[in-house]
Amino acid sequence: MSTTPNEEARSRGKAPAGERVADWADGRLGIYSLAKSNMRKIFPDHWSFMLGEVCMYSFLIIILTGVYLTLFFHPSMNEVEYHGSYVPLQGQLMSEAFSSTLHISFDVRGGLLIRQIHHWAALIFLAGMFVHMMRVFFTGAFRKPREINWLFGFLLFVLGMFTGFTGYSLPDDLLSGTGVRFTEGAILSMPIVGSYISFFLFGGEFPGHDFVARFYSIHILLLPGIMLGLMVGHLILVFYHKHTQFAGPGKSEKNVVGMPLLPVYMAKAGGFFFLVFGVIAAIAAVTQINPIWAMGPYRPDQVSTGAQPDWYMGFAEGLVRYMPGWEINFWGHTLVLGVFIPLMLFGLVLAAIALYPFIESWVTGDKSEHHILDRPRNAPTRTAFGVAWVTVYMVGLVGGGNDLIATHFNLSINDVTWFVRIFFFAGPVIAFIATKRICLGLQRRDHDKVLHGRETGIIKRLPHGEFIEVHEPLSQEQLHTLTAHHQYEPAEIGPTVDENGVERKVKTSEKLRVKLSNAYYGEDNQIPKPSVEEYKEITSGHGHH
Amino acid sequence: MSSQDIPEENLPAEQEHAHVAVSVADEENPFADPGLPPHEHRIQDIDERAAKRSERVVALLFTVSMLATVGFIVSYVTIPHDKSIFVFPIGHISALNFALGLTLGTALFCIGAGAVHWARTLMSDVEVADERHPIAASPEVRAKVHADFKQGAKESAIGRRGLIRTTMFGALALVPLSGVMLLRDLGPLPGTSLRHTLWAKGKLLVNMNTNQPLRPEDVAVGSLTFAKPEGLEETDEEFQNEIAKAALMIIRLQPDNIKDKRELQWSHEGIVAFSKICTHVGCPISLYEQQTHHVLCPCHQSTFDLSDGARVIFGPAGHALPQLRIGVNDEGYLQALGDFEEPVGPAFWERG
Repeated sequence: MSTTPNEEARSRGKAPAGERVADWADGRLGIYSLAKSNMRKIFPDHWSFMLGEVCMYSFLIIILTGVYLTLFFHPSMNEVEYHGSYVPLQGQLMSEAFSSTLHISFDVRGGLLIRQIHHWAALIFLAGMFVHMMRVFFTGAFRKPREINWLFGFLLFVLGMFTGFTGYSLPDDLLSGTGVRFTEGAILSMPIVGSYISFFLFGGEFPGHDFVARFYSIHILLLPGIMLGLMVGHLILVFYHKHTQFAGPGKSEKNVVGMPLLPVYMAKAGGFFFLVFGVIAAIAAVTQINPIWAMGPYRPDQVSTGAQPDWYMGFAEGLVRYMPGWEINFWGHTLVLGVFIPLMLFGLVLAAIALYPFIESWVTGDKSEHHILDRPRNAPTRTAFGVAWVTVYMVGLVGGGNDLIATHFNLSINDVTWFVRIFFFAGPVIAFIATKRICLGLQRRDHDKVLHGRETGIIKRLPHGEFIEVHEPLSQEQLHTLTAHHQYEPAEIGPTVDENGVERKVKTSEKLRVKLSNAYYGEDNQIPKPSVEEYKEITSGHGHH
Repeated sequence: MSSQDIPEENLPAEQEHAHVAVSVADEENPFADPGLPPHEHRIQDIDERAAKRSERVVALLFTVSMLATVGFIVSYVTIPHDKSIFVFPIGHISALNFALGLTLGTALFCIGAGAVHWARTLMSDVEVADERHPIAASPEVRAKVHADFKQGAKESAIGRRGLIRTTMFGALALVPLSGVMLLRDLGPLPGTSLRHTLWAKGKLLVNMNTNQPLRPEDVAVGSLTFAKPEGLEETDEEFQNEIAKAALMIIRLQPDNIKDKRELQWSHEGIVAFSKICTHVGCPISLYEQQTHHVLCPCHQSTFDLSDGARVIFGPAGHALPQLRIGVNDEGYLQALGDFEEPVGPAFWERG
């Protein structure tokens, strides 16, 4: 018997309110099919998977606090005389941008707190993205099918840098103005178009009357708008691909093992937002950041010592500081290599890490999906490359802080600069070699552990007086975990004659690929994992002792 | 609480087996995947009293959060915005900022801590496996999509009607040019403005600090004085743009200490005037070393020797600081004898 519409409505009326709202929404948005695949979605558990969450939450915090700041900030370079409650600057000429930032800091109750939360969250956002990127890199989580998501993440990192830069330039204080001047100098160094771009960016000569208003719309609308889109895309892909996991019992390329989104991850991840926000608020309560009142308003003829950008720009700052001042003059033109090369290097170093996934997949020729993460030791060449890259980055940071290092450690600024000049080249090479050795050493250790068991630390004295250490065989769980990784065979140059016996020309790209493949997976570049036969031979041998 | 207190019926039978498996289960392949390990119960799963305790901890955290929010509101209303307090070891800080930040931080943190504790102790921690499906579509779907696309392209006749195709791409390629054109008025063209400053023949050198014209006797040996061209006032509309180019650094050397011939010619009684704007990326140079006559840019540490034509002796700057030719007028004031002969500040393509 079919129910009449009336009866149906009444039976629905009895359903709990939440269900009725959900039914209503489903009839219009189709939320049930979305919820079906996602509500109990499984997420694996590992502490390093939390790093991306730190980024996401600090980004949300930045948006929330940023909207609040826009209610009080005046993005204008009109000169005004200050009459607010910060006594030392009363009567001073300054831009409206600077005076409204003073107003936020001293006259809006809680304004300073929100400003400091905003700035601290930005530093943590960038640091979080850096560490998250390293997690993804060193565990090989960027491999197929996640290469595009790697690029999304990379773009978020780069745009985050520029959003941060345009943000801290807004108060128009002496420190940030110096940074803007540096940017102008760097733009001027670009061949042919430099002075034009500079004049278009600043609305004429530096500093002009426009850059605060222009940076403002870039900082609060253009860049964060793009970043929000990228972040949503990033998350959709994380859901769509399902999370990666480390090898272990019960875990395979075909499954994902963990706990469901509802309720465990809803509570853990949702709670984590509040943890991140709470910690940042506490930091902002006790740790002053960017005290613009101590620096004063920007004047292009004034500067203070120890001028530093925010940390994420330190690497670019370093490149500029330790580059020799090369200039080439010809035919009435100047090629400012001393600034232009660092500008290019800044892009190239970043591009190297962005493009790496494509290079590795070209070398391996592997077209399959990877959902099981690598332990860094099991991909020695990749790990070594990553550490070399981090080394270049860190040398840049050291170079960017060469004055502070010199004054804090009582060193000569010239020596520090020469150190970073040499280490820019030597550092990554040393790091590469050392990392590779360490990885191979750890692989050997795993190899021994699988074959001979765990060192128990128990020393046994045999009847004839010999001391031996007791080794305990590993459980099957541990054996599986240590041997689950895939090892590639190094590529070889294919037959140089085709099936008709005609000689084939080996392309340079193929030669390069084979060479790289051998550097990755050839003899001495990875330790073959123990085979079942080896294991059986050794364990049965033990029995006969 | 010891394990004796746990009611017998709550102790799961599997607990016995949880820690044994050291022996290899699979004789054929000792490295084979043994499958998910059995779930190990938490104390809260088997002891209702422990679970109750967890519940109380979570509720306490949520309560602390509520109290902290009340504290935030009370602080906002009662603490004056200009009150400072001494907090060891931070020092004197704004009382309001400190109180608001800590109460807000506590309120937020306790919500988070409560939720996480709830999830970790009371929600199910049984690991579940979800299947993965290949990201790429099945061959049938792939074939269908390709066929559909070909059908659509065929129906549009884009391949056959070349004239439409070409003109459409042409129109689409050209239309963004309007947007590019609109950017033209972002700023004026550079022209020669980067080559000129306010300095001109007869302009007096005005002390930046006292706002008085300088006489040679005002400049002592070993001192560093900053100057601006006469007539440029802080309240001027274009003050920032002009001072960004015209800022001047004046020092006095013993004339026989000046190594560079042109520098000596352009000086007056050992007084030399150089652009204060670094030739690297434009920071104002302000660290002067009396004994060596070196100046150091605090931004990127380019170092210039002011006794030798301000040539670069260290750091990333590419060329010497431009010198301003100075003299004394009839009334005995220091004056410029012209503009800088080369552009000041960072180098650029048209500089030459």
